[in-house]
Amino acid sequence: MGLNHWIICAKSVFRKDLQVELRTRYALGAVLLFAITTLIAVSAALSSATVKSEVKAALLWIILLFAALSGLARVFVREEEAGTAPLLRLSAPATAVYAGKLLFNVALVFAVECVSVPLFLVVLPPATVNFGLLLGVLLLGGIGLASSSTFVAALIAQASSGKSALFFIVAFPILLPLVLIAVQATVGAFDAIDMHHVRAQADLGLLALYSLVMTTTSFLLFEYIWHD
Amino acid sequence: MTNVSKFGPTIGKIALLLLLCATTVAGFLWLPAAKGFPQPEMARIVVFHVPCAIVADLAAAVAAWYAIIYLRRRNQADDLKSSVSFGLALLFSLLTTVTGAIFAKSQWGGYWNWDPKQTAILMLLLIYVAYFALRAAVDDPRKRASLSAAYALFAVVAVPFLTYILPNSTDQTLHPKNVINTRDGLDASYKIVLWAGVLGLSLFYLWAFRVQVALGTLEMRLTQRIHRASQGVVARAVVVEGRK
Repeated sequence: MGLNHWIICAKSVFRKDLQVELRTRYALGAVLLFAITTLIAVSAALSSATVKSEVKAALLWIILLFAALSGLARVFVREEEAGTAPLLRLSAPATAVYAGKLLFNVALVFAVECVSVPLFLVVLPPATVNFGLLLGVLLLGGIGLASSSTFVAALIAQASSGKSALFFIVAFPILLPLVLIAVQATVGAFDAIDMHHVRAQADLGLLALYSLVMTTTSFLLFEYIWHD
Repeated sequence: MTNVSKFGPTIGKIALLLLLCATTVAGFLWLPAAKGFPQPEMARIVVFHVPCAIVADLAAAVAAWYAIIYLRRRNQADDLKSSVSFGLALLFSLLTTVTGAIFAKSQWGGYWNWDPKQTAILMLLLIYVAYFALRAAVDDPRKRASLSAAYALFAVVAVPFLTYILPNSTDQTLHPKNVINTRDGLDASYKIVLWAGVLGLSLFYLWAFRVQVALGTLEMRLTQRIHRASQGVVARAVVVEGRK
C-alpha cells in the first residue's frame, strides 16, 4: 500500500481507459467529428465576412468547449453501463481512480486541440498569432476544461445513465468562468495590441489557478460521491 | 399553552411586516435623490437591490454550510436545510437580477448590458437551476443528497472566479464601484435604509427557511410512513400466501 500502490492504480486505470478507447475510438471519433463539423459550419457561414480577432477567439473556445463536453462525459458512465464500477471501487483507492480518469480526459482534450486548432488557424486565420501565448492558453485551458468536466461526469454517472443533456446543464455554469478567461487570453494571442498581451499573460495565471483549485476540490469531494 | 407562546410568533411577523413596509416607504419618500448617478431620482432602487444581493449570498452560504455538514454526518435533515436554503438563494438572486435590470434601464439605457456583474449573476442563476435539475434526476434520497451536496460545494469554489476575479480583471464595468462604501458617494440616510432592508429581508429569509424546513420534515416523515406501511402490506401478503 502507500504512495507506490496509489500510483500503480492510477496508472492502470489510465492505461485501461486508453486501451478501451483505442479499441473502439468512440469518444475520440465523436469529439473530433463534432469539432470538424462545427468548424466547417462556422467557416462556411463566415466565408465572405471579415471577422475581428475577438470573435475568432470566442468561436475557437465555443467549438473546443462543446466538442470536449460531448466526449468527456463518457469516462464514468462507461463504467456504470458495463457494470465494472463496483469492482473498481473495491480494487483501487477512490482518488487513484479519479486521477486515472482525469489523466485520460486531459489526454482527450489535448487530442481534440491538436486536430481542431491547426485546422481553425488554416480556415479562419487571425491577423497575427503569438504561438507561445496560444500554446499556454490551450495547455492551461485544456487542463481546466478536463478537471471540471471529469468531476461533473462522475456526478452524472451516479445520477442516472444516458441523461446526457443533464451533463451539459450541470457542467456549463462551472466551465463558464474558465471559458471567459480563456477567450480573453486568446484575444491577446490573436492580435498585436500590447495591452491585450499584458492582460493575456495575467489571464494565464488565472487559468492555472482555476485548474489548481478545481482539481484540488474534486479530489477532496470525489470520495464522498464514489463510495455511496 | 400560554398567551406568549401563542401570540409571540404573530407579533414577530407583524413587526417584520411593519419593518419591511417602513424600509419600502422610506426608500421612496424619505431618501433624498442620489447625487452622482445619471438619473438621481431613479437610483433609490439601490436600497432594494443591494439588500437582495446580500441576503442571496447569505442564503447560499447557509446552503453550502449545510452541504458540508451533510457530507460529514449523512443526516437527511441537513440535506433538506441545504436545498431549502438554495431555493431561497435562487429567489433572492432573481429579485436582485430584476431590480438590477430596472436600475440598468434607468441609468445605462438598457435592461441588459453584459456588464461583468450581470454575467456573474446569470451564471449563478444557472448554477441554482442546474442544482435543482440534478436533484430532480436522482430518485434515491440518499444518493440525491450526497450528489447535490458535492455539486453545491464544487460550484461554490468556481463562483469566486466569476463574481470577484473576472469583473476585476476587466476595466469595462458599468457597475458603480464602492459608491456605497465611500463617504461622499451617497447620503448617510441611504446606509440606514439599506441596512434596515438587509435586516428585514434576513428575518424574512429566516422565517421562510423555518417554514419550509418544517414542511419538508413532515413530508419526509409521511413518505417514510407510507413506505413502511406498504412494506407491511407486502410482508403480510407474503405470509398469507405462504400459509395457503
